[in-house]
Amino acid sequence: MISSVRIKDHWAEQRMFLRRTIAAGIIMTLLMGAVLIKLVQLQVVRHDYYFDLSQGNRVRVEPLPPNRGLILDRNGLVLAENLPAYQLELTRELVPDIAATLQILVGLKLVESDDLDRLKRLIRSRPLYESVPIRLQLTDEEVARFAVRRHDIPGVEIRTRLTRHYPYGALAVHALGYVSAISEQDLLHIDASQYAGTTLIGKVGVEASYEQELHGTTGFRQILVNAQGRPVETVNPLQDDLRSKSPISGSDLILSLDLRAQRAAEEALAGRRGAVIAIDPTNGDVIAFVSLPGFDPNTFARGLSRNDYAALETNIDRPLFNRVLRGAYPPGSTIKPVMALAGLDYAAIDPNQVRYCRGFFMLPGSSRRYRDWKPEGHGWVNMQEAVAQSCDTYFYNLAQTLGIDRLSAFLSKFGLGQRTGIDIDGEKPGLVPSREWKLKTFRDAERNWYPGDTVILGIGQGYMLATPLQLAHVASIIAAHGTTFQPRLVTAVRNAHTGQVRRLPTQASPPVDPDETARWQRVVDAMVAVMSSAHGTARATGAGSAYQIAGKTGTAQVFSVGQNEKYNEKEVEERMRDHALFISFAPADAPRIAVAVLVENGGHGASVAAPVARKVMDAYLLPEAPKPEPPKT
Amino acid sequence: MIYDDLQPSTARRTLTASARLLGKPRLDGPLLLAICATAVFGLAILYSASGEDLALARGQFLRMILGLIMLVLLAQVSPKYLRMSAPWIYALGIVLLVIVAVIGDIGKGAQRWLDLGVLRFQPSEIMKLAVPMACAWFLHERPLPPDLKLVLVLGVLILVPVGLIAEQPDLGTALLIGASGVLVVLLAGLRVRVIVAVMALLPALAWVGWGMLHDYQRKRVLTFLTPESDPLGAGYHIIQSQIALGSGGVFGKGWMNGSQAQLEFLPERSTDFIFAVAGEEFGLIGLMLLLGLYLFIIGRGMYLAMQCQDTFSRLVAGSISLTFFVYVFVNAGMVSGLLPVVGVPLPLVSYGGTSMVTLMAGFGILMSLHSHRKLVGS
Repeated sequence: MISSVRIKDHWAEQRMFLRRTIAAGIIMTLLMGAVLIKLVQLQVVRHDYYFDLSQGNRVRVEPLPPNRGLILDRNGLVLAENLPAYQLELTRELVPDIAATLQILVGLKLVESDDLDRLKRLIRSRPLYESVPIRLQLTDEEVARFAVRRHDIPGVEIRTRLTRHYPYGALAVHALGYVSAISEQDLLHIDASQYAGTTLIGKVGVEASYEQELHGTTGFRQILVNAQGRPVETVNPLQDDLRSKSPISGSDLILSLDLRAQRAAEEALAGRRGAVIAIDPTNGDVIAFVSLPGFDPNTFARGLSRNDYAALETNIDRPLFNRVLRGAYPPGSTIKPVMALAGLDYAAIDPNQVRYCRGFFMLPGSSRRYRDWKPEGHGWVNMQEAVAQSCDTYFYNLAQTLGIDRLSAFLSKFGLGQRTGIDIDGEKPGLVPSREWKLKTFRDAERNWYPGDTVILGIGQGYMLATPLQLAHVASIIAAHGTTFQPRLVTAVRNAHTGQVRRLPTQASPPVDPDETARWQRVVDAMVAVMSSAHGTARATGAGSAYQIAGKTGTAQVFSVGQNEKYNEKEVEERMRDHALFISFAPADAPRIAVAVLVENGGHGASVAAPVARKVMDAYLLPEAPKPEPPKT
Repeated sequence: MIYDDLQPSTARRTLTASARLLGKPRLDGPLLLAICATAVFGLAILYSASGEDLALARGQFLRMILGLIMLVLLAQVSPKYLRMSAPWIYALGIVLLVIVAVIGDIGKGAQRWLDLGVLRFQPSEIMKLAVPMACAWFLHERPLPPDLKLVLVLGVLILVPVGLIAEQPDLGTALLIGASGVLVVLLAGLRVRVIVAVMALLPALAWVGWGMLHDYQRKRVLTFLTPESDPLGAGYHIIQSQIALGSGGVFGKGWMNGSQAQLEFLPERSTDFIFAVAGEEFGLIGLMLLLGLYLFIIGRGMYLAMQCQDTFSRLVAGSISLTFFVYVFVNAGMVSGLLPVVGVPLPLVSYGGTSMVTLMAGFGILMSLHSHRKLVGS
């Protein structure tokens, strides 16, 4: 088969190359012709139009910022809104000397001298023609001070713009978050053209995580300005070419928060450091979200001076710290219901069998005593009594029987040691210790997992850490007999123009042991016994309630007590006192609310944390006493 | 002969070579002159566009000199060596591109540069010359026009570097390199019916390509289609450059007098949008002069290509000249609003990068291909 062999024909190739070159020449001529026609059109035909644009009259594009969406609670009460305020703005194009102008503003006490460098950089980062806000929310007095010197400082103007306002001040601030001036950092990851004319951006909480929904779409308007940058009012042929586009307001967010429960929680915890979080176990909706102390988000929207910010940041009570999401605490005895469930799950305990508690526990072959909180011991207790009385030795023993591997696997099923997936950013995962974790984290002899580490894990001490959010999440999983939802704050998005409400779907996670109703019921019964049995640790809180509560108290050590010392509350400094914890849900037979309470250095969970949870439940579950401000729908 | 009494030695050979270089420097006078004229004109525009930044203009001047040295040196290299090294340079280029891609992946950002301590360069610059040379090397011994099998191999040769560079993401350079390879195939005589078939498939390819574009690149294409849709963001480039060009009129506002450019309305005015500065300050006349110089360079390049005697030389010389046209057309088209904004510099004029050196190197190769031909007959 030699028929398909082709031989190189140099002469033919050369002729072909010539033909192709001529074709290329023709195509290039046509394309260049097109460029030339376009250039003639721009430079000759429409020269006057463009010359006017570039010279005497310039078209300036004025951005029309959208209104930021509102934030509402579940009953439609407004938690964040927009109000008009005066702000000082500077247009670089129109200012002859920026440094001198800023100096005059410092002299008028409208700008702080500490802020000059930041402002200069901010001004330089925006286009020449853009009006850059340099001071937000002026008081009437400041407006008056500016008006006196106005003629000396061209290019600086006072404008009325909408600004963010939180009518309830610090209420729910750690859930809502706040907005504040757009920083250079923010500019790196936003579409700057979408924020032209916008001064504020969400920084944390719902305001930050739902920034896209809240912000909306910026519109624009082309205006004619003269060489000094002043808008031209007279009729001008150029005006026919001007375009504009209306902004689209951001969407309103409807939160799951219940203002009444939220307020009850904040009032109950007032004056302390701590967190309260309430979740609806049937869908994961967050009913109350409290981290105290808080701060007034309005000060951020107004523009916080460097000193004020530093004061907040260095405050020993850490008001900016979101304890619900980011505070990792030992869960203490609140973990016992989960431990009991683990015991049932691995068939390590018979719930009816009683064990003797003599006030301490010892590992075989060791003389070290792991003490019970009750020095004389609880005597004979079964599982329910052990939970109700919070018997430590029962759980030391159980933890030792189960072993660390099974324990850490079981705790992880409850979402401990992982983020719950709540819809705002910044959540910490907490920690469920395991052999592998210890091996990776420590060095030398400390890398080994010791039996003692397992024993204290049984009462939620040692390495384990959980956030208040995780504890509430655990309570709601128990309440729902294993059904698990990701907690969420935003339940629906409302179109600000049409009023159309789009409900967001709930996010279910894989359930924990869904078919073991009897086991769940045993644990629920034990938690009910905490609140109502004769020896229940929180019986005082459970007394007299119109619905049945299931709960568990906890006290987490901050300060470790030596082997032969006694913990004396009065002698220990306030900040070294134990953290008080409490988890609960109600009504016990058909739970609608699960609550976790943490009071930093509060002392006892039963006396300090549990009453807070009761108040939140009352506010949510009981009909409101006739009061002003009925909830709107 | 004067050297006859010298012994055949290294000294003698060196002398002979030097004498040959001086007597016949293997350069092309008209082409070199046009290149220098364009570069000098470009330097003047750049000086004005940069806001009279002398340091920047000096940097560009130094790169121009470096480019000219490369040009002269490469013009001396025999085409045989160029041809033999083509596949190796291509392979080296691919390796460097992969290294850059891997480093970029680790750095999680756009990565085009390879930092060799003393030297920082973009491997994509090598590919601007390596791709057409590798394609021409591949076709050199084979019968033309290429059959389908060869075209498929060529397609892989072209698409691998183009894909790697488009991923960086550097759409402009990827486009230029793709064009330089495709032009080799076209000049080699790709059959008209294949060309027509590809044209027909283009919408489908465009659809696939759209999926591969980065968000910012898609936005540019959309903005090109409707510039007024985003006058604050991407549309701003086009609107401002049209104002600059249009306000320049026939005669221009004069050197360093363009208000659009000098008042910083025009973005990227010393790099990709320098054509608008030239149009504003020198008017239609100035642009026609500039485009005239470009056309002369392209025409002269094609003329030299036609005179080459072997397949490799013809294809490489032709591709270098026509790719130069693609540069000019894409840049002028984008600045005047005919084409979308893709980052292609105006050759020999735009500030920066290694593009000036690469261009000059290309012309050096072109001159070598032409000047080393054996004059048969006559």
